[in-house]
Amino acid sequence: MKMEQFNDRNVADNGYFLVDIEDYPTDGWGKFKRVVKRSFRGELFVGLWVVLREMIKFDIHTVQYPEEKLPIGPRYRAVHEMKRLWESDTERCIGCGLCEKICISDCIRMDTKIDENSRKEVSEYTINLGRCIFCGYCAEVCPELAITHGGEYENASQQREHFVDYEYMLTPIDKMKAGTQMEFEGFGAITPHEDERVKKTPLAY
Amino acid sequence: MSKITINIDGKEVQTQEGEFLLNAARANDIFIPAICYLTRCSPTLACRICLVEADGKQVYACNAKAKDGMNITTSTQTIEKERRAIMEVYDVNHPLQCGVCDQSGECELQNYTLEMGVDIQHYTVKDVDRSSHDWGHLHYDPGLCIVCERCVTACKDMIGDNSLKTIARGSDPLNADYKAEMPKDAYAMWNKLNKSVIGLTNGTDVLDCTSCGECAAVCPVGALVDTQFMYKSNAWELKQIPATCGHCSAGCQISYDVKHASIDNPKDKIYRVMNEWNYVSLCGAGRYGFDYQNADAVKDEVAFAKAIEAFKKADTISFTSTITNEEAYLLQKMKEKFGVKLVNNEAKALQTFLHNYSEISGKKLYGSDLEAVHTTNFIVSVGSALKTDNPNARYALNNSLTVSKGAGLYFHPVKDPIIEGIAKSIMTVTHAPLQEEAALYLVLDLFADKSKLPSDIVEYLASFHSEKTITVEEVVKEKVVELVKEMKVNEETGEEEEIEVEKSKMVSKKVSKEVVVDDNRLLEILGADDKFMETLEKNLKKKETFALMVGPDLYTHPNAKNLARLVALIEKYSKFELVMIPALTNSLGVSLICELDDEKGSYSIGYNTSGDFVLSGLGEGSECDLDMPAINQQEGTLTSVNKRVNPTNAAIGYGGYELNDIANALGLTAEHVIEYTQKLPTEVGFQSEKFDNLPNHYENDGTEVRGYVLENVAVTPTGDESVEKFSEDKLEGCIIYLANPVRQFTDFTYKTTNLDEVSGIYMSEEYLSKTDYNEGDTVTVTSAKGSLTAKVVSDNKIAGEIIVLPTFDKKLNSEALFDGYRFSAASIQKG
Repeated sequence: MKMEQFNDRNVADNGYFLVDIEDYPTDGWGKFKRVVKRSFRGELFVGLWVVLREMIKFDIHTVQYPEEKLPIGPRYRAVHEMKRLWESDTERCIGCGLCEKICISDCIRMDTKIDENSRKEVSEYTINLGRCIFCGYCAEVCPELAITHGGEYENASQQREHFVDYEYMLTPIDKMKAGTQMEFEGFGAITPHEDERVKKTPLAY
Repeated sequence: MSKITINIDGKEVQTQEGEFLLNAARANDIFIPAICYLTRCSPTLACRICLVEADGKQVYACNAKAKDGMNITTSTQTIEKERRAIMEVYDVNHPLQCGVCDQSGECELQNYTLEMGVDIQHYTVKDVDRSSHDWGHLHYDPGLCIVCERCVTACKDMIGDNSLKTIARGSDPLNADYKAEMPKDAYAMWNKLNKSVIGLTNGTDVLDCTSCGECAAVCPVGALVDTQFMYKSNAWELKQIPATCGHCSAGCQISYDVKHASIDNPKDKIYRVMNEWNYVSLCGAGRYGFDYQNADAVKDEVAFAKAIEAFKKADTISFTSTITNEEAYLLQKMKEKFGVKLVNNEAKALQTFLHNYSEISGKKLYGSDLEAVHTTNFIVSVGSALKTDNPNARYALNNSLTVSKGAGLYFHPVKDPIIEGIAKSIMTVTHAPLQEEAALYLVLDLFADKSKLPSDIVEYLASFHSEKTITVEEVVKEKVVELVKEMKVNEETGEEEEIEVEKSKMVSKKVSKEVVVDDNRLLEILGADDKFMETLEKNLKKKETFALMVGPDLYTHPNAKNLARLVALIEKYSKFELVMIPALTNSLGVSLICELDDEKGSYSIGYNTSGDFVLSGLGEGSECDLDMPAINQQEGTLTSVNKRVNPTNAAIGYGGYELNDIANALGLTAEHVIEYTQKLPTEVGFQSEKFDNLPNHYENDGTEVRGYVLENVAVTPTGDESVEKFSEDKLEGCIIYLANPVRQFTDFTYKTTNLDEVSGIYMSEEYLSKTDYNEGDTVTVTSAKGSLTAKVVSDNKIAGEIIVLPTFDKKLNSEALFDGYRFSAASIQKG
């Protein structure tokens, strides 16, 4: 076993370094020069002209958000959803932890335990949306098609850390009973003709 | 054993004559697939996947022995076919639960299935009910089990509990067509696999063993798992911290697997302990007793200031040996700088014993180690309750007896069913306490080279011998010739006629005979049975290597000096290699580094022990004035019974002050305590090596690359080799013994959540059935030194009538009943 990582006791030095940025002006003369430089470049007027031109044309395509919303494609990757099984309405997630492992921004965490039926149970599951880059790897790796992306993109938050938990993502049971759970069609979903491509295992009975 | 050269896949390989091909290949980084083989254990031949071609013949690499000039091909077309078929068979009816399996990818079935490229299944058999079993601290899932029998092998050949065996699966026989169409070995392996699963030898569904968990560690799939770890974490989430177990003197290589405690608690937590199970075997304490850290310690400045005051005031520091070498060195420095006394009775006893030993042996330390005992043919153990003093010594004994065809001789006053159950070739002598000298004299008498032994000792030994006449009944076979009348057909006439035939036959006859035999009174003193010499003679056949293990009973014996000298004489004048088992984790290190004193002064500081000011790593619930880190929170080195200085790393964070902070405040400055590693005294055998340069791993061929081995420094022997005669005093009546039950060593093991042994007065089931005490009764034990009251605990891991008082619960304070020596006479009363 390599021992380097245990021998490095300098906790502060973990990969951060300073970037080369030109110093900000500190004195009054320097600041004045910066204002003059920015003001008289003329770029301001380019922008003002575009606005004026479009205003006079009256050809407006703006969607009146939030009153109006554009439809989202089924493969769009927004806030995650946890699906239920069609057969029994129970949760699909088996707690294998692959999503936690594959997550490149390290924003998924799960706690598992053994439940009263000796099955693996997810006792807690969180995704930090502040870190999530919505890459879709978790949905792609999920062997049970349990975690998928949904269409909910309105996740503005006052803090950087913004967690969603298992209950929040899980398909509500009434929605499930009504049969309105949507399947995800993005990466990780079953491709057409899957049945024909599977090699069947022989069984003795 | 001589060095030979064999050729594996065109590569010239050096190995030992008689080494298994698999081991030879592994030692030279040549890959041969194998599932069921465990290094150091006997080949099981369950998986048959290690097939290779040796000189044109197919053999199993795990049990074929290397011969000079052998040519080995690890893979041919037929072998590839066999291997693929074997992996297909293993995958038959194997549940596709890899997502929730606790092996979480560290799975040899998965690895080899992919290695052999199994992407389609050709074989099938009807599955049977394979519901899982809860065996207590282990969980067995026959559905996942591939019956490689590694658990059975480890339990039998290494641990010695013999708790597991294969039982009938109760399935349909295989389709007869397979016999013709399948590769031969794959069919044979499947045929066996289809008939068996793993079960318990005691026939119940509850494990009754020494609970080491080694079977779960060696399981290549997720069939046997620790109940405490079930569905807790995936293996890949865990960070492995290489360390050394801090519970006993064996100093086993372990790794603490740590991860954040939960989503809500980002602090690190130890989830399990893993080991290199091919080369080291853990006991239950090492495996399950990992969460003994001082978790909630914070830097309490007021307490720290008080501690500094206390250190300035103190004239004594008393401590236990559950500290690192570096801390021991710090304490020694404090002694040198401030003139405080260092008190540690148990390490002092070992120190004195070693000193007395070296006066005759001419070296500072005993000559051998436990690694060597594994391959020794004949092992004698004196003065140690092996299975609880140092479980690794017991494993070494068992491993020798079961795998190296060894035999053993176990002297101890406490009867031990576990030791007796190891193998037929173990002889146990249950002698009376205080008679350890007689045992050593007997070893001298039986094995020492009398021509070299000092003459007065030879004379003394001879004085125990006398001739006596005994009547023996012998069975003698005699040839008896008798005439028997027989009817026979005369070939010429065709008529039947009577003829007389001479017939001889062997008749066994009992004859009483008077013979003069040698009578050894030492045997009588020790209470050995009548057949002792006869059995010993049988056991000694073909034995070439000998090992003597001595334990803590001797160090504290009233005549310890004499015992030490006897031990040295045995090592010097017989073929015996010597191992001394230190009582606690780092007793050896402490006894080498510290100058220890006998008596406490007026104001003492106790480090993990009682004192006027107590520093303790036990944390909450203990009497403690300032928190200290436990061993799993520290960096440092520990000196093991194998005379090895093993490094250990901090598994979890610690928030409080440590001994080094106190030392810094007192003027001994070092940023980290491990700066002292290179300053450890070289004159007693330590090396001037930086902590960061100490490795901690095993090589592929099993070479232990951990820390370094202490140099066995030579000392000038005094030349006086006289030993005292022993007195025939013995303790009789009701006797108490200071020892712990299996899986417990100190307050640190007692503190852990998974080790659930209860504190109390341990009595054997045999003793409880003879007396009117029952488990749970409150009894008072009184000795000449004091008395204590506690509940009776029934223990089936001991037998006989000696009552065992454990030390793992400080509150019990059982040491107070003893006067140094681990045995004492006592009386018991109910209530």
